[in-house]
Amino acid sequence: MSNEHDPFSALDAPADGLRQLADRVEFHTPSPAGTSAAVATSHEVRITTPASVSGIGHRMKRKEDPRFLQGKGNYVDDVKLPGMLYMDMVRSPYAHAKILKIDASEALKIPGVLAVITGEDLKAAGNLHWMPTLMSDTQMVLPIEKVVYYAQEICAVIATERYIAADAIQHVNVDYEPLDPVVNPFEAMKDKIIVRDDKEIKTNHIWHWEAGDKDATDKIFDSAAKVVTQYMHIPRIHVASIETCGMVADYSKIKGKMRIYMTSQAPHAHRTVFALVSGLPEQKIQIISPDIGGGFGGKVPVYPGYVVCAVASIVTGRPVKWIEDRSENLQADSFARDYHITAEMAADANGHITGLRVRTLADNGAADAAANPSKFPAGLYSICTGSYDMQAAHVVVDGVYTNKPPGGVAYRCSFRVTEAVHMVERMTDIMANELGEDPAAFRMKNFIKPEQFPYKSPTGWEYDSGNYHAALQLAMDMIGYDDLRKEQAEKRARGEYMGIGISSFTEVVGAGPSRDFDILGIKMFDSAEIRIHPTGKAIARFGTKSQGQGHETTYAQIVAEELGIPANDIEVEEGDTDTAPYGLGTYASRSTPTAGAAASMAARKIRAKARKIAAYLLEVGEDDLEWNVDRWQVKGSPEQAKTIQEIAFAAYTNHPQGMEAGLEATDYYDPPNLTFPFGSYIAVVDIDSGTGEVKIRRFVAVDDCGNIINPLVVEGQIHGGLTMGLAPALFEEIVYDERGTNLTGTFMDYLLPTAVETPKWELGKTITPSPHHPIGAKGVGESPTVGAPPAIANAVVDALWHLGVRHIDIPITPQKVWKILREKGVID
Amino acid sequence: MSTHKVSLTVNGQAHSAEVEARILLVHFIREQLNLTGTHVGCDTSSCGACTVIVDGKAIKSCTMFAVQAEGTNVETIEGVATNGVLHPLQEGFWERHGLQCGFCTPGMIMSAKALLAKNPNPTEDEIRWGISGNLCRCTGYVKIVEAIQYAAEKLNAQEVTA
Repeated sequence: MSNEHDPFSALDAPADGLRQLADRVEFHTPSPAGTSAAVATSHEVRITTPASVSGIGHRMKRKEDPRFLQGKGNYVDDVKLPGMLYMDMVRSPYAHAKILKIDASEALKIPGVLAVITGEDLKAAGNLHWMPTLMSDTQMVLPIEKVVYYAQEICAVIATERYIAADAIQHVNVDYEPLDPVVNPFEAMKDKIIVRDDKEIKTNHIWHWEAGDKDATDKIFDSAAKVVTQYMHIPRIHVASIETCGMVADYSKIKGKMRIYMTSQAPHAHRTVFALVSGLPEQKIQIISPDIGGGFGGKVPVYPGYVVCAVASIVTGRPVKWIEDRSENLQADSFARDYHITAEMAADANGHITGLRVRTLADNGAADAAANPSKFPAGLYSICTGSYDMQAAHVVVDGVYTNKPPGGVAYRCSFRVTEAVHMVERMTDIMANELGEDPAAFRMKNFIKPEQFPYKSPTGWEYDSGNYHAALQLAMDMIGYDDLRKEQAEKRARGEYMGIGISSFTEVVGAGPSRDFDILGIKMFDSAEIRIHPTGKAIARFGTKSQGQGHETTYAQIVAEELGIPANDIEVEEGDTDTAPYGLGTYASRSTPTAGAAASMAARKIRAKARKIAAYLLEVGEDDLEWNVDRWQVKGSPEQAKTIQEIAFAAYTNHPQGMEAGLEATDYYDPPNLTFPFGSYIAVVDIDSGTGEVKIRRFVAVDDCGNIINPLVVEGQIHGGLTMGLAPALFEEIVYDERGTNLTGTFMDYLLPTAVETPKWELGKTITPSPHHPIGAKGVGESPTVGAPPAIANAVVDALWHLGVRHIDIPITPQKVWKILREKGVID
Repeated sequence: MSTHKVSLTVNGQAHSAEVEARILLVHFIREQLNLTGTHVGCDTSSCGACTVIVDGKAIKSCTMFAVQAEGTNVETIEGVATNGVLHPLQEGFWERHGLQCGFCTPGMIMSAKALLAKNPNPTEDEIRWGISGNLCRCTGYVKIVEAIQYAAEKLNAQEVTA
């Protein structure tokens, strides 16, 4: 719906003119410069190894599947230790209230209840009632004075059985004095109700952040031939991985060792956080992230339950298990989005986009507990000029506290790229339509051209490689774009509502170069350690952690590509901090760009040593040898060769004197730049004018993620990502009432798409390798989640544009469409 | 809390146990029988991760008390493969990449198994409705549908040769 009302106008002063505050942090996006060069685009997956080796490009069936298919996965809730206790949480029925008294006496009378842990107990245990967030803010573990969001953890009950713990939480009596909550972030900016009165300075305004050039942008807008403006809200949503979060903490007093099984996407970083917060020595903390039932960013933050569970094991001296219920997971865990945006786009008289000006209010909830890189409080949102070549852009974001759960990036979103892409793709469609141009032709005209790469964006990014015209053209050819436009015109004449929506997104993933990217000071490299056994088989360990992405297969294929050892002979391990090399974990599509690159580099170190051994065995100089799939062979005499298996055996049985025995290598890969996957998606929708229901008739997705390691896995990632793009476009939203009560706290109200609502995705691909990644790969897991929502939203608006509809906020529910159709007089 | 004796067959094996009346079948299967392939993904009978087959019918084992399973024949994911040979459904999920994190997979396979027992030649639409009580967050369902089609074809071919 068109937004004549811009809520930013209700703020007292422009965001960049807000009063200076002592603890208010100003951020400006640094400009990560990369090493890039022009690369060619192809349509064929590159394969250089035979199927017996299955290096990159092979459609290899996943190695991890047999255990999952037979019910033998090992998830946190499957861990059962002798003497294990169970923890359950008492949660707040108020979004904002003083805690007057916590009376656990009745609960403690229940047979089997061993302890109730409150904020006061944590305070006495060494000020553990507060913890740092990953954004250097603070967050309550358990509250003492007041609660700041609905379903906040109040205290924990520890019992001998799961059911007894669940019984006992009903018998903890908590006296509250309800306070007025602030739920709307624009209201919060007025500071009438202060969410965090623990802070020295009483304001809800957390930070102010800018990117781009304000003066240059203002100048562009002053002289623009055409300016379009739109307010939009990208609502709060929840990852809802089918496995909720949980932990088994097992503290041994005798060994002084804390072993933790945890639903963690970043076990090494979590170990360091635990060490810093608890004071336990880091070598005495082992975090094991076993099989993870989906993560999508929801298993990156440290939640209060984890901390209390670990404390409970220390207090009781026994293993303690804590597994969230689904409703707890939906109501209290990290959310995503919740960005309020007013965007302006400028164009010249020839219909070329010239500038973008954006104001944003980020509703962070009761703490800034997102998991962005430290210098990027709004993540990589400044990628928002997207796939279009424009002269200037200026982006402003202000972070604000409200009485809602903390979080911010958990939903397969590449650090706020989803919000950026939704905004720029909606604005591009509005501009095209206002200028009377076809949205596809308008995009083709405004795309960054292939010869402009590496492309320096107006907000400071250096795009590594791209070919946006080829991707959109392929999508148009696949879907039959021109015929669809004709059909649409005929249907419109008949009073039927059909829409075609395009999204040509640019992603930014693979964080990241350590000069700009860190989390709590820990640089965002990632790692691989490869050991070749004497018989030529191998084990490879990584600092990342798969949650379904198929690392056990794709990493093996990368090593197979580099060394010629069959992928099936390579065991891949992740997730145990006692054995795996240190890394920052798996999120934001970073595993292939970072740990995948580390796999290549470590394998190349092994190949270099193998060359020396081969030269010794063949009695030739190293320079006389060339690599061929799985062996070093003498140039011009390929029958004289040593296979990697022969070399591995020699490394332990007959290595050159003076050379270190063994064959292994480790690599900590610090990427020179991020990678920039891209794609073009086209959705065709039909709208039922009686019910307002949006039916997706077809959806073509052309993705370019650089070189493809396993086409089967990449297709799966894209299908899943598209479905997690469909979800917020049409169904999902976390809704609060004016008291801050969550109205969508179970799967009865928070609607995930099922097989019935999900269309049959049609995929296409172009391949434009990353020029700086060792195997030219870019990462893909989040591209479709980023790209799909605006394609669907643009399609619905396209169907209704002739009625005077410019914009509809997602999720585009039947109710919203039905209301518009009624307002426009289409239905009575 | 009163306890009751429950006797049932799980994956062909007879079990008897004294259980609290309120113990859910899924917790009985997971925690007393240690068959942890059946998962819990929600608290409103929405997600289907806990789906098992009881007397030939796919049911959500979080919505049934263990005592209600008295005298029944229960089949869980652990009983689907025979002598280490994957069932055509398991094979189909592997071949067609019908799983990613694997958490919903056991429930998905049990729903599909009950569907194919009732309807050996389902249309794509019937498959989609047949698994509409099972949520998957990773795959986008397309490859799950293909996996079930693969299994239907293979099962029908086996029928013909047998």
